[in-house]
Amino acid sequence: MRISRRLLAGLTTASLALSVTSCGGGSDSTISYDDEITVGILHSLSGTMAISEKTLVDTEIMAIEEINASGGVFVDGKFYEIKYKVEDGASNWPLFAEKSSQMIDANYPVIFGGWTSASRKAMLPVYEEKDGFLYYPIQYEGRECSPNIMYTGATPNQQSEPATEFMFKYSPAKKKPFFLVGSDYVFPRTSNTITKEQLKKLGGKVVGEDYLPLGNTEVAPIITKIKKALPKGGVIINTLNGDQNVAFFKQIQDEGITPENGYYVMSYSIAEEEISTIGPEFLEGHYGAWNYMMSIDSLESKKFAAKFKKRWGSDRVVADPQESAYNMVYLWKKAVEKAGTFDDEAVRAALIGVTFDAPQGPIKVMPNHHISQTVRIGRINSGGGFTILDEYTSDGPVIPQTWNQFYPEDIGYGCDWSEGGGGRKYKL
Amino acid sequence: MDLFFDILFEGISIGSVLLIAALGLAIVFGLMGVINLAHGELIMVGAYSTFVTQLIFKQPFLKPFYGSYIIVSIFVAFIFSACVGILLERLIIRKLYGSPLETLLATWGVSLLLQQFVRSIPLAIGPGIIITFISGISIKNIVNTKFTNYAQKKYIDLSIWVFSVFLGIISTNSIALNISRLSRADSRNVDVTAPKWMRGPIEIFGETFPKTRLWIIFITLTSVIVVLIFLNLSEWGLRIRAVTQNRSMSECLGLSTKKVDTLTFALGSGLAGVAGVAVSLLGSVGPNVGQNYIVPCFMVVVLGGVGNLIGTVIASFGIGIMTDLIGAGRLISIWPDMPNALANIVNFFATTSMARVMIFTLIIVFLQFKPSGLFPQKGRMVES
Repeated sequence: MRISRRLLAGLTTASLALSVTSCGGGSDSTISYDDEITVGILHSLSGTMAISEKTLVDTEIMAIEEINASGGVFVDGKFYEIKYKVEDGASNWPLFAEKSSQMIDANYPVIFGGWTSASRKAMLPVYEEKDGFLYYPIQYEGRECSPNIMYTGATPNQQSEPATEFMFKYSPAKKKPFFLVGSDYVFPRTSNTITKEQLKKLGGKVVGEDYLPLGNTEVAPIITKIKKALPKGGVIINTLNGDQNVAFFKQIQDEGITPENGYYVMSYSIAEEEISTIGPEFLEGHYGAWNYMMSIDSLESKKFAAKFKKRWGSDRVVADPQESAYNMVYLWKKAVEKAGTFDDEAVRAALIGVTFDAPQGPIKVMPNHHISQTVRIGRINSGGGFTILDEYTSDGPVIPQTWNQFYPEDIGYGCDWSEGGGGRKYKL
Repeated sequence: MDLFFDILFEGISIGSVLLIAALGLAIVFGLMGVINLAHGELIMVGAYSTFVTQLIFKQPFLKPFYGSYIIVSIFVAFIFSACVGILLERLIIRKLYGSPLETLLATWGVSLLLQQFVRSIPLAIGPGIIITFISGISIKNIVNTKFTNYAQKKYIDLSIWVFSVFLGIISTNSIALNISRLSRADSRNVDVTAPKWMRGPIEIFGETFPKTRLWIIFITLTSVIVVLIFLNLSEWGLRIRAVTQNRSMSECLGLSTKKVDTLTFALGSGLAGVAGVAVSLLGSVGPNVGQNYIVPCFMVVVLGGVGNLIGTVIASFGIGIMTDLIGAGRLISIWPDMPNALANIVNFFATTSMARVMIFTLIIVFLQFKPSGLFPQKGRMVES
């Protein structure tokens, strides 16, 4: 009996210690703050998405620690230390909604979270109903505009559209036909609808399209179709997800679908992290399009990568989703400082127009709750990174379009959450 | 004619992956009647052993032989998965023979356990456990023949296991010290890269074939032939067939059914390990890799007729060819001027997602007419 009681006491202290460490970053004793504010972080720490989302948690913690080290957030004459609470969405979309609801009820001024479109779609109604505020960091298919969400990832016109244009007009496979491959869910299907409409306007040709059910890695029938549809090489637009990429790239190389034979793959979900898992020997010579790439040759970019490696280990890499997660913490800080209060309504009004010198270059919050950002095209090199094709980098930041101007139902619509703006979806 | 060979080759390459994955299950489920939901995880164990073998061959002293690691890994994967299978049979399944529902739940639990094991425990511990197990069992078998005194035996057994655990700890440490990737837990997927001589296409009679696919077809056919020879020509094969056909009669005739059960399960699990090698060449290796194969495996075994290996072979190649015919839109190339209405339907199903739906539908319809599969077990079975 005594032993079990001791054990119980031990467990309690252990769990207490755990809950303390999970809440609040290490505070530096040399800096004094007047007060503190706790923000929420909601990502999957377990399940299939954990591998990806954990990198965002790491980046967000790093950004918060950086802000704290530089004195914290200055609001209304007081310096606030940022504390954070990390919650686990467990790769379970309804759980994301439930945890969001709890966090909004617990009065967190802001929540940073999500990765998959499915998790965002599950959370959106909760934030709108309870009037909370979410920062979502991933490039996505667009066609959404919420007053309660700030999207810091790319919209299609900041990633897939310039990429399609590059492949059709300037790549080594220019003017050749396109084949579209994706996983079977909302992002690839929407993205490919846009690509098809865009190619129609450019005068290009889509000769085939196929979707692999999630969890299926048998890509042989797709490869047969690609060989039949593109006998003399061409462009393959790839929106496959996670592991399916590995199966796809290993097997197309075996079948001779390689850059040497005139086949060029443009992928929208392969960043530095994925290149290292798939292996650069399978990806070399293919393309990717992002706003941030680790190989950007600027002081901010190098500092960002160095700081991340210093904080989390020298073998770690930074990629576009992480940069986006890093930016959103700073955008929030700037917005509350501009508003001079943590009150959500005032912060939301102040948020529009906030600028930040991000690792990718200058970014600015637009009235449609997305950010303007630079678009880059990169060729994957043998070192596992991107060789950025500078001549095709966009001239300055690109204005985000959440209602896509190629998607038939969205043409001519815009979104504006600024004072007196048109709201969610209005005729331009 | 070209088209015919294309379809045949693609069908066989898709089918051989299904077949190698299902072969072990055909033995465990087909012959023993055990619904083993952890079969996918035995494939995963095989895939991870390939990964570990690959890393060991990257060590300086084995570097010159790097190109041959894939051949060594077949044996390593077989042994690793077989050992896990033996443990599984001895510790869990043995107590549950004859109660399918309990077996189903227990093996599902084991599958979750194995998945979590590779996620949250450094991989170097795996080989350590297997080495402990192999050395314990084999030393015991060698020594036991000499000592028959019971009291002595107890101490000797204990010392053998202490020694084996020690050996296991040493090997775990030496692997962990030399290969840093195996010394820490990492839930990220890992990558098995085929040696250079196995990558890329090869030209035979003016046609190009992917080398990895040919290699997988080769492994599969060899495994099938070896298994058939073992079951039909060897003494232990005879015993396995005897026990599966009539358990109580075999027992009466003095066969140790317990030993036969363990051996059969080990064989089935070992084959799952070989499947792991094949699977690792096609995609990435992760904790969930087995989950992608478990349902197709059961589908193949049920379609082929439970308890019939030839049925499994034919069913997997059949499904492979159907997948290619429907999924790759071959029907239109075979019959280019089919009526428009029909062509639209064919096109509708000519995507990977829809082909899968179509094939499952066809199998369901087929099983309505022949509920016990293509080749139902004939003869007087005790169970039936």
